[in-house]
Amino acid sequence: MSAATPETGYNFAYLDEGTKRMIRRAILKAIAIPGYQVPFASREMPMPYGWGTGGVQVTAAILGKRDVLKVIDQGSDDTTNAVSIRAFFARTADVAVTTRTRDATVIQTRHRIPEAPLHEGQVLVYQVPIPEPLRFLEPRETETRQLHALAEYGLMHVKLYEDIARHGHIATTYAYPVEVAGRYVMDPSPTPKFDNPKMDDCPALQLFGAGREKRIYAVPPHTRVRSLDFEDHPFRVQSFDTPCALCGAEGVYLDEVLLDDAGKRMFVCSDTDHCEERRADGHVGTGGMETAHV
Amino acid sequence: MLARGFADPVHDAQGVFRAVMEALARPGTVQPLAPRLEPPAPLTPELAAIALALADADAPLWLDAGLARSPAVAGFLRFHTGARITDNPDEAAFALVSEAAACPDFATFAQGTPAYPDRSATLVLAVSTLSDRDGWHLDGPGIRGSARLAASPLPADSLDRLGRNHAGFPQGVDLILAAPGRLAALPRSTRVTT
Amino acid sequence: MYVAVKGGEAAIANAHRLLAETRRGDTAVPELSVAQIREQMALLVDRVMTEGSLHDPDLAALALKQARGDLIEAVFLVRAYRTTLPRFGASEPVETGAMTLRRRISATYKDLPGGQVLGPTFDYTHRLVDFALAAEGEAPVAAEAEPLPDAAHAPRVTDLLGNAGLIEPSAPDDGTPPADLTREPLDFPADRALRLQALARGDEGFVLALGYSTQRGYGRTHPFVGEIRVGTVAVEFVPEELGFAVPLGEIDLTECQMVNQFHGSAEVPPQFTRGYGLAFGQSERKAMAMALVDRALRAEELGEPIGAPAQDQEFVLAHCDALQATGFVEHLKLPHYVDFQAELELVLRLRAEHAARHATPQTEMKEAAE
Repeated sequence: MSAATPETGYNFAYLDEGTKRMIRRAILKAIAIPGYQVPFASREMPMPYGWGTGGVQVTAAILGKRDVLKVIDQGSDDTTNAVSIRAFFARTADVAVTTRTRDATVIQTRHRIPEAPLHEGQVLVYQVPIPEPLRFLEPRETETRQLHALAEYGLMHVKLYEDIARHGHIATTYAYPVEVAGRYVMDPSPTPKFDNPKMDDCPALQLFGAGREKRIYAVPPHTRVRSLDFEDHPFRVQSFDTPCALCGAEGVYLDEVLLDDAGKRMFVCSDTDHCEERRADGHVGTGGMETAHV
Repeated sequence: MLARGFADPVHDAQGVFRAVMEALARPGTVQPLAPRLEPPAPLTPELAAIALALADADAPLWLDAGLARSPAVAGFLRFHTGARITDNPDEAAFALVSEAAACPDFATFAQGTPAYPDRSATLVLAVSTLSDRDGWHLDGPGIRGSARLAASPLPADSLDRLGRNHAGFPQGVDLILAAPGRLAALPRSTRVTT
Repeated sequence: MYVAVKGGEAAIANAHRLLAETRRGDTAVPELSVAQIREQMALLVDRVMTEGSLHDPDLAALALKQARGDLIEAVFLVRAYRTTLPRFGASEPVETGAMTLRRRISATYKDLPGGQVLGPTFDYTHRLVDFALAAEGEAPVAAEAEPLPDAAHAPRVTDLLGNAGLIEPSAPDDGTPPADLTREPLDFPADRALRLQALARGDEGFVLALGYSTQRGYGRTHPFVGEIRVGTVAVEFVPEELGFAVPLGEIDLTECQMVNQFHGSAEVPPQFTRGYGLAFGQSERKAMAMALVDRALRAEELGEPIGAPAQDQEFVLAHCDALQATGFVEHLKLPHYVDFQAELELVLRLRAEHAARHATPQTEMKEAAE
């Protein structure tokens, strides 16, 4: 094919055109039915299941030569798997890559949504391990499919309420289930629930790819995404007591870094691009350290 | 002689797909589409581009009466997509409609099932005008507040049809409206009112 | 001052270099050739081909060399390569009844047309380490050739039973092409062809353990080895433009037909039923285990009570693939610190609340419990 990338001998963005068409058709259906998991014939990729094969296939199917790609894992552009996936596309698709959230047209992510607001024209591609939000309540696919068909989500509410009865809180801290456009209950992938509010009315298109489980789903831009909760126990996100030690940011998600074995630790932005931009703009944290949890 | 397909199959297909994806993700927005195709009439370049980008042996095509009358159209589509052309609207992944005003009832196409609403058809309708500044009011996923869309020609009872299609959500069909050089889409999730 | 961790790219490149060096091992020891692996680690090569769904002994041997002998890693290499191959179509069904036999045994009949042929088997060896092999000594003494039955005179045992009407007939070929797991997402309930495909690709250890569980009462099927045959079959393909079959070559296969008890029902008289296993090369353990699980998975079709793991197709098919299993288990070593932080915060909060409850007077404790 004329556009094959000569240095690798593979088609543009690795996948053959037939596979891309199959994935593209699934993506269009996913967009038309927000939150519904579309089965797709996930291919064996040259990276293991669990390393983001679903996200990689979605990215490969949408990517064009004018796209600018950003890849993050745990919020960081520099974690090994993010580096590896970015290198894969730089090599097989020869696209421009960036770490700047606002410059990217396609952002592939594992476990985080960037802190900087996303904008129209961007696509956020999530890597998803277990797409079925009901899977841990009902292991059978035939059953969960029926529950979605009937919009029967009582099981999920019972589970969340049992948490409240036992702990006084909903004890789900990541992969916190959401309801999309008033219909399907959806797994937001294992992002911390801190990121759930960013999914609601988001100007960017959000696509989710689960390679091993062979599912694609989507949240169109400006779509209502509601975290499940109860009137007497409204949804709340995590909050951190201290700002980022490097850039002083508050209201962002922080990583805890252990500095020694005597309990010295500090908290820094999980979104490394956000942190770097803030520091470039002159924001400074305390660089402070705290002692261990007691 | 058989008309040519995409000059650059990889990137032309990607460009068409992204235009369709943006249109479905943001109902009511009009997306530019420059197909660079000269298919046999009455197949429009836009309909041809969408078929070439998305149909193949796993995604059968249905042709409306106007297109089905032309053996050259079927020949062009078969050669460039490898897709089976079916007479049964219920089997088609994509329906190509050259005479949009005469489009059969949407319910004659695959609607999906409650468990698999994705097993449904996408209708691609050729229209001559398309505007996001007047016409119907749209709301639903992908729309910030509300949007407008005007397209013609379309069946006289389009609004009723779209209402029934939306009421069947998550089952139903999705519509792509393709005018010369641009396209818009009405997924089943969109509520359309006057 | 703390500096955020950087350098993923350099770390990955270094890891690749170290891997290459470690793979080679001590350079004073001669390097293994792909041909040596293919010829002398043949059963491992067969297993890589079977689970990799690709019959190519040289490629499988190369994959084993590249993977440092890690079986699942080698299967992964073969599968990822297979995905990129152009697909011309499906071959004609192979005729195992016309197999050129190297080994053929039946546990149900003492003697039968064509006889029993032991062939190359570990079955009656004494598992004593042969230190002579360490000395890399003499070429083995050539075995006295066993009389190999002519294919025409060694009918399948199930065919013999079938002629007498004692075993259920094989489902007739209705011409529908079998589904392909590698082209379509798995959908439940999966038909038998799809289940067999999944089991053939499935991890030998997993399928073996499931087959074993049926023998121990978790979905008992009363199996007998009707026949195991190992040998060579011809593969034929009908090109669209020719319209007739042309030979593509020959492949080695192991086929196992289990014969299982069935009590019959109101409609069906008592008769034997079938469990089927097929693998590339000589892979008897896999073919036998597969046949046991295949039969167990037919429980619903045969109206048997279902309750054991091996009878549960969602459980078996969703978990038998070694690549899916290893991927998801091993991905736990990827960073999860964002989620861990979320859990940590919750545990700290719950602990603080727990401590507060236990430090307060009893009346309040009661209130908290309500």
